[in-house]
Amino acid sequence: MYDFEIEKPGSIADAVKALGGDEAQALGGGQTLIPTLKQRLASPSTLVSLSGLAEMVGICKDDDGRLCIGGATTHAAVAADGSYAGLSGLASHIGDPAVRNRGTIGGSLANNDPSACYPAAALGSGATIVTNTREIAADDYFKGMFETALKEGEIITEVKFPIPEKSNYQKFVQPASRFALVGVFVAKYEGGVRVAVTGASEEGVHRWTAAEEALNANFSTEAIAALDAPSGDGMINDLHGSGDYRAHLVKVMTGRAVAAAA
Amino acid sequence: MPKDGGIGASSKRREDLRFLTGKGKYTDDINLQGQAYAYFIRSDVAHGTINSIDTSAAEKMPGVEQIFTAKDFEGVGGVPCGWQVTDRHGEVMQEPKHPVLAEGKVRHVGDPIAVVVADSLAEARDAAEAVEIDITELEPVLNMKDALKDGATKVHDDLTSNLCYDWGFVEENREAVDEAIKGAHHVTTLELKNNRLVANPMEPRVAVAEFDSSTEEYTLYTTSQNPHVIRLLMGAFVLGIPEHRLRVVAPDVGGGFGAKIYHYAEEAFCTFAAKQVGRPVKWTSSRSEAFMSDAHGRDHVTKIELAMDKDGHFLALRTDTHANMGAYLSTFAPSIPTWLHGTLMAGNYKTPLIYVNVKAVFTNTVPVDAYRGAGRPEATFQLERVVDKAAREMGIDPIEIRRRNFITEFPYATPVAVEYDTGDYHATMDKLLEMSDHAGFDKRAEESKKNGKLRGFGIAHYIEACGIAPSNLVGQLGARAGLYESATVRVNATGSISVMTGSHSHGQGHETSFAQVVADMIGIDEQQIDIVHGDTSKTPMGMGTYGSRSIAVGGSAMVRATEKIIAKAKKIAAHLMEASEGDIELKDGAFTVAGTDKSVAWGDVTLAAYVPHNYPLEEIEPGLEETAFYDPANFTYPSGAYGCEVEVDPETGKVTVLGFSAADDFGNIINPMIVEGQVHGGLAQGIGQALVENCAYDENGQLLSGSYMDYTMPRADDLPMFNVDHSSITPCTHNPLGVKGCGEAGAIGSPPALVSAVVDALQRAGHDVTHIDMPLTPDRVWAAMNS
Repeated sequence: MYDFEIEKPGSIADAVKALGGDEAQALGGGQTLIPTLKQRLASPSTLVSLSGLAEMVGICKDDDGRLCIGGATTHAAVAADGSYAGLSGLASHIGDPAVRNRGTIGGSLANNDPSACYPAAALGSGATIVTNTREIAADDYFKGMFETALKEGEIITEVKFPIPEKSNYQKFVQPASRFALVGVFVAKYEGGVRVAVTGASEEGVHRWTAAEEALNANFSTEAIAALDAPSGDGMINDLHGSGDYRAHLVKVMTGRAVAAAA
Repeated sequence: MPKDGGIGASSKRREDLRFLTGKGKYTDDINLQGQAYAYFIRSDVAHGTINSIDTSAAEKMPGVEQIFTAKDFEGVGGVPCGWQVTDRHGEVMQEPKHPVLAEGKVRHVGDPIAVVVADSLAEARDAAEAVEIDITELEPVLNMKDALKDGATKVHDDLTSNLCYDWGFVEENREAVDEAIKGAHHVTTLELKNNRLVANPMEPRVAVAEFDSSTEEYTLYTTSQNPHVIRLLMGAFVLGIPEHRLRVVAPDVGGGFGAKIYHYAEEAFCTFAAKQVGRPVKWTSSRSEAFMSDAHGRDHVTKIELAMDKDGHFLALRTDTHANMGAYLSTFAPSIPTWLHGTLMAGNYKTPLIYVNVKAVFTNTVPVDAYRGAGRPEATFQLERVVDKAAREMGIDPIEIRRRNFITEFPYATPVAVEYDTGDYHATMDKLLEMSDHAGFDKRAEESKKNGKLRGFGIAHYIEACGIAPSNLVGQLGARAGLYESATVRVNATGSISVMTGSHSHGQGHETSFAQVVADMIGIDEQQIDIVHGDTSKTPMGMGTYGSRSIAVGGSAMVRATEKIIAKAKKIAAHLMEASEGDIELKDGAFTVAGTDKSVAWGDVTLAAYVPHNYPLEEIEPGLEETAFYDPANFTYPSGAYGCEVEVDPETGKVTVLGFSAADDFGNIINPMIVEGQVHGGLAQGIGQALVENCAYDENGQLLSGSYMDYTMPRADDLPMFNVDHSSITPCTHNPLGVKGCGEAGAIGSPPALVSAVVDALQRAGHDVTHIDMPLTPDRVWAAMNS
């Protein structure tokens, strides 16, 4: 780890100001950034801690019935909430207890690791990512592996999830890291079904539209069984699984998510 | 009735109080006044020529004491290899120099090039980034078979090729084996890989060294399984320090599994540098460094052929193995695929003809050496897998084909030069079938089928050789060391005892079980006995702990020393009771005179030895301290039957281990609870190898599995509740305790049982799958089912 200054702002406004400094970097729960710093793979001059911002911590419902989660809310808090079963289920299986007690939803979405769980929930729910300057629809937010629509110094202050009729997340773990080798989030809304896939694609989290169409017509495991698995081209091919294997798992995990959706 | 003390009692591990309450004292807990920190700059390419190393800017960085490169080690020896193998043509192996720091070339990712010694680790790392190293990358040598082709790039320019040795065993059997295979009713052939593993002890390696210029004495604290071996190798072969000026201490050590046997460059570096910079030097491996600098394990590629008659009797066995040595020869590396592997190829079977060919190959990878089991897992895996395949090809039940070929008469001389003293393989097989409810398998398989899962059962029967080893024998085989063990039993004046052993405990519980042995012999409470180990200034020259040798060899040394103590104490007791020495009996900590009610307590005799007012000084010396060195007459041969029951998810290929049973014959047992714990640990590592662990390099020689993000360790939720039994006992015939050793068995017997279970599950479901290479990760199983 290189030397750095740490700032603990008391308000979002102060945090934004601090992030305007030279080579300043936002620090959420630190579950990715701290190991990166320890390996000397990043050298920010200042870390701006967001975890102490009371206005970014907590879970509530807005007037539209959406579940609103502060950007600095931990996975453990979301897991314990339970008012959106699919989302709480997903949060309860991220990492281990230590990770869930430190890691935050804003940090995870800002990092957009291609194998992280939260991006699948955000995209699969058609969530709205709220920042200090604007609101971004999930469909416009994820831009590929580790890439998002966030601008320099922009902070995720809140994420708003419309609560579906039914939902479920199925994660097939990469055995070493226990990130998602393939994770599929299925959410059935009045307006239609959304299916989001993480872990599989070289493009990061994405929707499986063929499955959405099939499930809109018939929300059943049979509808998925009748589909061809997506193509293995463009899927991640590594030590833990080929592209074809991942593509196959997308179909299997989608079917299981539909079966388990509640 | 379970005993409440002594041999056979499940005494609680006394060392756990300090381990579980954070009071253990590990090498990294040792901080010496004024110490500096070493940071190793390691190669990030697999193979390259070092054109230049410019340390000038780095030397001016804050806190830098000195920066070392190979030129500082001119005139210093290389890291030695402790075993010289002679090949099938009578030539000795090719043995390249292993410099402390890379000389001219780097040969694997992680090969140390330079070391910064500074006031703090952060300053050392900062300065390391300012060291400019210019390397021209060379083609990496990775595939063993390609490495042996004519014109292949060489890992070592001064060797004739990448072949370390071409070993044939038993060479005289070669033609007879070929003939037997040609004429056999059926030959089963299997090609397989034994996957490369990283040992991953919980505690990474650490070295802290100091030099006292007033006495010219060095002290090295290091994470070692055998401090005397390190003192000998480093003192005599690398740095030229006589033993009386070099103390090596291995305090509490957090797991070894083989990877802490070897003498490593970092130990020699810290010891050397401590004198150069005039202050203590400390190095603590990061976990990332451990992946690329701890010796790896296994990495064999094998073709095995088993010839049978029409009834499935084994006629001949032939193996062709390529064994990866990595870039340099680690301490015991050459012996693992040869003398600890070829000699075990008979397994539990009376196969009359066996020929083993092993080509050891240099590649641009981390050196490979012993890892829990060391050669015996590789032998057991290929043999038990080919037997399983043979049973299926012959239409004979896998259990029956084993029984049909079991050795039943002992002693038994195998065609691969070892003699098994005892064993009862039918007994362990019977026990296993009972423990694993084999009779109920079909019903369970039906249940799985209803749930859409494929259930399978796999069996393995292993033999291993422990208690390494008769020194004169291993000397003939190329060992450059003796393999006895030592013990000093020091009885204190009030009767308590300190036992100084050359064995080293790094998790095995020696402090408990060794004390049980001595306590049992004298008949006193275990708590009166203290086991001292891990410090060359305290213990007699001993060879350390590996190869499941500690109770069989170290324990035997302790018995011999205690026998001497008892003999002398009886003389003292005879004097005190004015009786004849021949009439003295020792029982429950008291000396009595046979046929009388005369008695003198243990403590009275020990006090008399040190306060010799009423003492036969004209006959014996005062004091009560004895040393024994024990050199075993043979290896010991634990054996056992292992059964694994799995369920495969046909949609994902994921394997769930539902049950694992182990019926072992370890000979006599000192502490059943500790033995059970050793088997549990071994099973976890064996299942780890078979199911999840894999050290992988890419085509450029970069380590793909260089952290826990990609190297999978087995976790509690990967493992079933283990069903362990060691009630089948055929005591070892040639050591005083009748013990065989239990440390590695679990890791040896489990991988073939698991792989055979998965193959069984797939075949029952109609898949034409005869083998899957380890680890059996979901993607591999799925690919095998869908190929």
